[in-house]
Amino acid sequence: MQVQDYAELSTTRANPHIDPALHIWGWEVPVYLFLGGLVAGLLVLNAYTVLTRRERELPAAARVFPVLGVPLLAVGLGALFLDLEYKLHVFRFYTTFQLSSPMSWGSWILLVVFATGGLAGLSAYVKSGWPLATFVRGLPFVGALERLADRHARGLAAANALLGVALGIYTGILLSGFAARPLWNTGLLGPLFLVSGLSTGAALGALLTRDSGERHTLLRLDLWLMLGEVVLLGLWLLGLLTGGEAARASSGLVLGGPYAAAFWTLVVAVGLAVPILLEVMALRGRWRQTLVAPALVLVGGLSLRFVLVYAGQHLGY
Amino acid sequence: MAPRVERRFGMTVDQVRCVGCSACVLACADENGVPEGHTRRWVSEVVRGRFPELTAEVWSDCCQHCDNPPCVSSCPTGASHVEPRTGTTQVHKERCTGCKACVASCPYDARYVHPDGYIDKCTLCLHRLERGERTACEAICPTSAILVGDLDDPSSEISRAVRSRHAKQQKLDGGTRPRFFLLQ
Repeated sequence: MQVQDYAELSTTRANPHIDPALHIWGWEVPVYLFLGGLVAGLLVLNAYTVLTRRERELPAAARVFPVLGVPLLAVGLGALFLDLEYKLHVFRFYTTFQLSSPMSWGSWILLVVFATGGLAGLSAYVKSGWPLATFVRGLPFVGALERLADRHARGLAAANALLGVALGIYTGILLSGFAARPLWNTGLLGPLFLVSGLSTGAALGALLTRDSGERHTLLRLDLWLMLGEVVLLGLWLLGLLTGGEAARASSGLVLGGPYAAAFWTLVVAVGLAVPILLEVMALRGRWRQTLVAPALVLVGGLSLRFVLVYAGQHLGY
Repeated sequence: MAPRVERRFGMTVDQVRCVGCSACVLACADENGVPEGHTRRWVSEVVRGRFPELTAEVWSDCCQHCDNPPCVSSCPTGASHVEPRTGTTQVHKERCTGCKACVASCPYDARYVHPDGYIDKCTLCLHRLERGERTACEAICPTSAILVGDLDDPSSEISRAVRSRHAKQQKLDGGTRPRFFLLQ
């Protein structure tokens, strides 16, 4: 479908997944973008805890977040792998670096995140007392890697903070780098996906922690992150509405068109408005703090990626 | 920026001559073994106005072999590339992962996923150009509406056509600088 002043365009082209509207990326890509953002959030919050020496105050952020990071990222990459049409050639991402391709940047960022996030995760895991932790500690090289991680704990945290931010931004830039798809074509998707990733990371932490003080801290942080996300979503829509013809037409996809119902209910109401309201009421002591808000934040974060990935393919220019 | 190329092959489709017969589409599919249900080339028709005041415009369309191809700059593996001798946009299928970044990047939706898993598109019959032959679509066209040639050579037939006729390029907003011209 194209935005042009055609009375009627007919074409003999009927390529699968291209016509009548582009639909080359299915559920795999939004699931990967969601998990990538979530892991970015977990890594950044863990690094913040280590760098500000608040491990006691934020026990899950210090010890659980890094252990979850790499496995969740691996699940996300598994989804991305399923999306590849030529799976045997997956190694081709790592036989080159293409400066102008966001996806090439992302492939290499992911590799480094696996190394630094994995090192922090391994060190936290072998100390956790969880199943198999003692066994893993006994494996060759694990002791040496743990000592390496512990000796450079702050340096590793700084690296994970930077790489987490890079990963979070990259999940947005992956979409925004296409001038051909006006709904995505703004750098604002970088910070939007980063803030949303941090928000889902904090929400998952609030769901997992057994420490009520930490839960409170994470939920309060999440409230600020959600408010930031509202601002960025608003700026994104404003940019589309004040843009050229193609941008304005594509804003209609989420404001009143085929993806409007999902956008307004799942992303705006369920993912932002309701959890913000619940958290504000909890902060003012008018409502008990429950785990409803962070659960909704996770639903909202996943929905945001689904709506954007699906809607963005719908209109060219 | 566009890489350095020896020649800049492009295409013109003369809309005064093109009748939308689709011979080029079939010749292309036959020459290049385009899989069933897929197409590298297609015919578009636009009807404007309100009945009975209608105007119709018809043309044969394909990859625009852009000077600034977004499919090349978005490719994470270097599979999508500009072939240096002809300046045409090509795909190394042995490097392609089928990530579809190039498909998303193309404003002309000129690419598709080949059933074998790699991304496929018009090659401007590179194998024929290398033998000094005309492309399959140009050779078959019964009204001689299609013209392929070197746009960097000022004396080539295509350069003269682009200079002397009203030559329209499609979707210039994306900065792709297409080398496909509709002659009107």
